[in-house]
Amino acid sequence: MNWDWNAVVDFLPHFRDGLIVTLQALALGSVVSFALGLVWALLVRTPTRWVSWPVGVFTEFVRNTPLLVQLFFLFYVLPEWGLTFSALTTGVFAIGLHYSTYTMQVYRAGIEAVPAGQWEAATALNLPLRRTWTVVILPQAVRRVVPALGNYVISMLKDTPILMVITVPEMLGEARLYAQETFRFTEPLTVIGVAFIVISYLASVLLRTLERRLVR
Amino acid sequence: MSADTPLLKEAGSRADRAADRAELIRFENVTKRFGSNTVLDRLDFSVDAGKHVTLIGPSGSGKTTILRLLMTLTKPDEGTITVGGQRLFPASDKQCREVRKNIGMVFQQFNLFPNMKVLRNITEAPVTVLGLSKDEAEARARELLDMVGLADKCDSYPTQLSGGQQQRVAIARALAMRPQVLLLDEVTSALDPELVAGVLDLLRDIARTTDITMLCVTHEMNFARDISDQVLMFDSGQVIESGSPEKIFGEPEHERTREFLGAVL
Repeated sequence: MNWDWNAVVDFLPHFRDGLIVTLQALALGSVVSFALGLVWALLVRTPTRWVSWPVGVFTEFVRNTPLLVQLFFLFYVLPEWGLTFSALTTGVFAIGLHYSTYTMQVYRAGIEAVPAGQWEAATALNLPLRRTWTVVILPQAVRRVVPALGNYVISMLKDTPILMVITVPEMLGEARLYAQETFRFTEPLTVIGVAFIVISYLASVLLRTLERRLVR
Repeated sequence: MSADTPLLKEAGSRADRAADRAELIRFENVTKRFGSNTVLDRLDFSVDAGKHVTLIGPSGSGKTTILRLLMTLTKPDEGTITVGGQRLFPASDKQCREVRKNIGMVFQQFNLFPNMKVLRNITEAPVTVLGLSKDEAEARARELLDMVGLADKCDSYPTQLSGGQQQRVAIARALAMRPQVLLLDEVTSALDPELVAGVLDLLRDIARTTDITMLCVTHEMNFARDISDQVLMFDSGQVIESGSPEKIFGEPEHERTREFLGAVL
């Protein structure tokens, strides 16, 4: 095996660019998936079937089609309808949307795990429905679901290389570019592999800390 | 004991006004089914303002369902329920909320909000529902906590308290809304035996020093005898006997009442 430390050093500026893009995609994708997932979870619970049913069908559809297909659809089909976004924006939205259909299930489980007695106490105190959700139910539900949401963040991290196919210059994209120019694959791929492990590890440490602080 | 604080007198004075109309709660022809099981069967009964009424009877006889109907936690299948002359069922949601304002409830499992400190548990509804300022609500909450003997627990979370302490906070939380009617649903059933007395003593104090109408489902017959003006004996979704505690516990007329009391006393 020929390992060349010079190639590693040579790759580092590209790696840094890719790392920033990966972290951006991950952070923004997480935010989108957390927020959209909560919206879906609340909408499917509405008593109005005209809302809950289409949301149920749509999210089922998104959850059961491949992320790569959705990515291509958003990147190549939307511009035909006059909607053009940067590759990164499209990628963030695709990952966020895809994972929101999973986080929605997590929220749903968290909401259902709040004991009925909490709803009853809120009724007995005559709290308005909105207030019941925002100060009683959701704070308790979210606290329960942090660990599960965290697992999806790590899944999302591992899906960010897919964004390469729509030209987002994240870590794998940078590594491939470097490899094509220099014909050296070992060093760039090893570097980004290690980077993925390190980011996953840091994310899980962060989550465990958060979990400890939230769970009471 | 600071049970006769101005706060409670004020809470009571609302009930005084209601006492002009003697009858506060009325169930007419109320039927409640769960699936094929008829829990309440064309039930009629009424409660006068300021009275302390205890509902006794075998489990499954519909006692708790009555409290849950009054708190609008469940709806009857038929019949009408009125509180203070206003319809609670059938009624619009808005009307329901309006009537419900006068009713408070304490639950078997306390149902405190675990994500809020004790003080916030008590102030949340007075601020959002009654529109009290935060300072007013906190002053009221501290007074109530003092009354229930937990003045030092303002900044604790419910899970840091014993069951008895949690239940006393729950009572304070219900009283902070200054209800005309207080519903007590087996409030000592989930407590360790040594914690029961503290909660019952507190309720006795409240019963003695206020004019809040109390509806109480309990298995504590001594407590029922102590605080009740009226005892209703339930069986199979019907009131089969009612009267003063002296009469019900002393010389029950109905065979089922005698059987039941024989089994629990």
